[in-house]
Order: sequence, then structure tokens, then C-alpha cells
Amino acid sequence: MNPENYLFLSALLFTVGACGVLLRRNVIVLFMCVELMLNAANLALVTFSRMHGNLDGQIMAFFVMVVAAAEVVVGLAIIVMVFRSRHSASVDDASLMKL
Amino acid sequence: MNPGDLTAPDIEWIALSPSLIVYGAAVVGILIEAFAPRRVRYPAEVVLATLALAASFAAVVGLAAGDRGTSKSQVAGMGSLAVDGPSLFLQGVIVLVGLVSVFLFAERRLEPAAHGARVDSFAAQPAAVPGGAAEQEAIRAGHTTTEIFPLLLFAVGGMLLFPAANDLLVLFIALELLSLPLYLLCALARRRRLLSQEAAVKYFLLGAFASAFLLFGIALLYGYAGTVSYSGIRDVVAGNPASLDAGLASTMGNDALLLIGGAMVLMGLLFKVGAVPFHMWTPDVYQGAPTPVTGFMAAATKVAAFGAMLRLLYVVLPGTRWDWQPVLWGVAIASMVAGAVIAITQTDVKRLLAYSSIAHAGFILAGVVAVSEDGVSSVLFYLAAYSFVTLGAFAVVTLVRDAGGEATHLSQWAGLGRRSPLLAGVFALFLLAFAGIPLTSGFAGKFAVFRAAADSGAMGLVIVGVLASAVAAFFYVRVIVLMFFSEPKADGPSVVIPSPLTMSVVALAAVVTLVLGIAPQYFLDLAGQAGTFVR
Repeated sequence: MNPENYLFLSALLFTVGACGVLLRRNVIVLFMCVELMLNAANLALVTFSRMHGNLDGQIMAFFVMVVAAAEVVVGLAIIVMVFRSRHSASVDDASLMKL
Repeated sequence: MNPGDLTAPDIEWIALSPSLIVYGAAVVGILIEAFAPRRVRYPAEVVLATLALAASFAAVVGLAAGDRGTSKSQVAGMGSLAVDGPSLFLQGVIVLVGLVSVFLFAERRLEPAAHGARVDSFAAQPAAVPGGAAEQEAIRAGHTTTEIFPLLLFAVGGMLLFPAANDLLVLFIALELLSLPLYLLCALARRRRLLSQEAAVKYFLLGAFASAFLLFGIALLYGYAGTVSYSGIRDVVAGNPASLDAGLASTMGNDALLLIGGAMVLMGLLFKVGAVPFHMWTPDVYQGAPTPVTGFMAAATKVAAFGAMLRLLYVVLPGTRWDWQPVLWGVAIASMVAGAVIAITQTDVKRLLAYSSIAHAGFILAGVVAVSEDGVSSVLFYLAAYSFVTLGAFAVVTLVRDAGGEATHLSQWAGLGRRSPLLAGVFALFLLAFAGIPLTSGFAGKFAVFRAAADSGAMGLVIVGVLASAVAAFFYVRVIVLMFFSEPKADGPSVVIPSPLTMSVVALAAVVTLVLGIAPQYFLDLAGQAGTFVR
């Protein structure tokens, strides 16, 4: 199968994730969309790795997974902390600094 | 060699020592948090962080004195890190800013003592609900968040890696390493915790969004060139790859991969420096984060991110400069104009400084688009000058307080010059440096970047820059007028007498501002020598 199709899939996933971040209002969903974007990049990396016949992209994908895990730890900590004090996970409620 | 044999990687320990010291200290700091009793944590962490950053600075100076920044510059760590002039210069600035920030973080004389225990500006128990029973209990027990010091060290470590990154993988790791601790530090304010938490959420979500763009850009550049190393990509862009196989032959003709990938990576970096149109997070995060963190972040992140951007544009993508130069022209002009104009309408000191930092990102970009050695060295000098002014300005903001904590509304600063002429005078000095008035470091920096831009033929950019500086000077001077020529309010804020820690920060920033303004030549020469990237 032509590996280019995986690139189209990866671009599609990335776009879905980006649109999700811009359109959705729930912090958790926003965060899931960011993760979707990271994984779309992973798919692209692995596909390119296959096309070029070297391992750089696959190694990079492992690093991205580790970084994404670290990001989940930090992100969920912040989100849970905010949810506790506001009882809401909507980003529209976080507007104390709006002029 | 048998297939099972591994060759041990060849690591240049000496050349990498500045960042290795910081990582080691950060790990030890975490261990102190885990095992040391609560009362020794604060002194142990402060001493550890101070010693580590001082040692790291000494290592940077030692490397620079050994000509590693000029004639002996090299690519270390199996081709992943550059040890050359720009990286050593910026690492020196970042480490110094980090060291001074430790003093700001450690300040414990500003907040009133909580039940007999001296506390800093960070939350007693960040996980507790603001105003809840758990928080009250933590305050009564005199708890403090000493984790801020290892977090600071990790952020500094990421920033040291960022301008030195010589392949795309390290670039991404460094970006995350500097961002993740900063997201957490933003959320830890002792006062106004809801604002602080909101700042952290905004910074985290937008930062993660931007780094996802950067990562996808990296994937596309890798797809284009078949390698993540900077020199490899540059060779493919120039059309003479080290080895040509079928996969590379099919992708290297595809300019869409190169241009979109480069644009997305650049987008991630422009987000970090807070340039328009990627600046939306800046005012909110600067306002909500604890002020010591804001000072550290505003100063050091900008240095690191501009370092990474310079290396990417000058080492990896010089072959596409006709494509990215017009874009950066636009971004620079938009940042200078938008930053200066919106700052006029601000009523909060921290937001004002945030918009001013956006305008300064535009000024620095004017030096970046020059694409010359002068451009690099002018940007290096500007970053060094700007970071200390910023740190000093935010240090002053921590000192002006009323019963509710820091008094950041501009109307509360009215008449400050009559009550505490010394502090208001120092703040006026920083504002004049931001505005670029002669005899301050800001003037020398602005002059250097604008001259580099003009020499490269970007006269339009220089004209817009000078006009934007004039607009910016208006609101800086307005604050000075407000401080010195209006009546103090009866219930206005007072200036807290800090411990020697904050005093030394403000004094150092003021001295650097004056020295770089009055006698900039030595430092301009230093930046000039450091202006060459290792290839």
C-alpha cells in the first residue's frame, strides 16, 4: 500500500485536532484534541521514517510519546486544580482577566 | 563489528557541562523534596540552586575563555548540540537570569508572616482549593512550596538546551522541558490564586497547541529531508544531500513539505517569543502568574526562544530566506505596532509590561531578519540588555504592595515617586531603558538591531520600528509622570523593604542597564565575537 495515504490520514487527524481546539469549550476535550494533534505528528513521523528507510522518525515518535505523557501529568494536574476551585471545566468561564 | 555490539556514544562532557550541572542539581533538588524534613528544604534548595547556577555560569565563562565560542566551536553530543558563540553567549545570559531569579523566588520578607512563619509569594498548598479548609490548614502550619526551585532549574535546563539544539528532536525536547515547569510555576501564586490558575490553564492549553504545531512542522521537515539534523537538512535544502536514495529523491523535490514544515516550526517559536499574531497568551499569563515567575519567564524564555529561532533560520533554512524574510517582516511590524498601541490603553502594570514585551519581540525580530553576522550579534546584545531590564522591572513590581498583595493597578502607582523616590527612580530607569532613551541599555540595543536591519536594506522596517518606539516612549513616560508629578493617594500602596535578595536583583538590573547603556562597547564586541554559528 502506498505510504502516502498515511500522510493524508495524519494531516486529517491533525486538522481534526486543531479544529477541535479552536471550536470546543471543555478543557478536557481541548486537551484530548491537542493529544490527537501530537499523535497525528507521530503517524507522519513513522510514515516518513518508512519512506526514507531510516529510523530517525521512529525514535522521535518514542520521544514524543514520553513527552506527551509528561504533558498529560502536568496538564491534568492544572485542569483538576482549576476544576476543584471553579466546579467547571469550561474555558469560557476562565475570563477573570478579560477587559 | 558484530551486530550485537554497541559503540558507546561519544559525549563531550566538558563542552556540555553548563547544562549538565543544572540537570544534576535539579534532580538533587527533587530528591531533597522527597526525603529532607520540611524545615531544611527551603535553605537547602536555595543554596543548591544558587550554587548550581553559579557553577554553570562559571562553566560557560570557562568554555568561552577557552575559545570554544569562536575558533574551537564544535557540534557536541553526537551531532545534537552546538557549542558555539551564540549558544554560549545566550547560555550565559540565561544562567545569570536564572540565578538572579532564584533570589526573587526566595524572597520571604514581602508577605506578612503567616502564624509566625516567613512565607514567599508562592501558594502554601497549591493543590488545595483557594479559601478552603485545607488551604487554611496549610497556611497555619506555615507550609511553603519549595518545589519551585527544582522547577526553576528544570526550566533553566530546557532553556540552555533550546538555543544550542542542533537537531529537531533536541529542539522539541528542549521546548517541552522549558515549558512544562513554567506551566506549573504560573499556577502557584499565593495571592489571587484564581487568576494564577486561570493563567496556568491558558498558558498550558495554548502552549501545548503551539508545540503540537511545532512538532508537526518537525515531522514535515523530516519528511522533506529524511534527517532531523540541522546540517543534514541544510544540505538537502541546498540541493546536495550527503547520500541520495529513492525515498529522498521522491521527497526532496517537494517544496510544500519544506515550506509548510518550516512555517509550522517557526510558528511554534514565534509563540514562545510572544510575537503578533501568536501573542494572545502573553498579557493574561504575565498578569496572572506570580510576579517573580513572570519576571523569570519574560526574560529567559525570550532569550532561549530567539536563540533557537536564530539557529533555525541561519543554519537550517538560509536557503529559503526569500520565503521567510517577508513573513518575518510582517510579524515584526505587526508586533511592534500592536504591542506599542495596545499598551497605551492598559491600566495594569503587569499587562503594560506584557504588551511592551510584545513590542520588544518585534524590535528583536527586526535584527533577526537582517540575515547577517551583525544581525546575530545585535540580537544577542539586545537580548542580554532586555532580559535584565525586564527582570528588574518585575522585581520592582513585587515591592509595591497594599493589604491585598501587590498593587498592580496603575492608578495606585500615582505619586509613588514622592513616597519612595529611590524605588520610583529605579523603575523610571527601567522604563527609560524599555523606551530606548540614550545612556540606557535599551538605546544601545535598539541602535544595534536597527542598524543591522538598515544595513541589510530593511529601511521600511527601521522606520516603522522608530515610529513604534516613539509611541511606546509615550506610555513609558506617562507612567513616569504619574509616579513623580501626581499627588499620592491617601490609601495608596506602600513600598515594602525587602531582604537583600530582592535588593540585589534590583541593584544588579539597574547596574547592568546603566553599564550597557554608558559603556556598551565591550559587550557589543563580545556579542560581535559570538555572532558565528557552527555549521
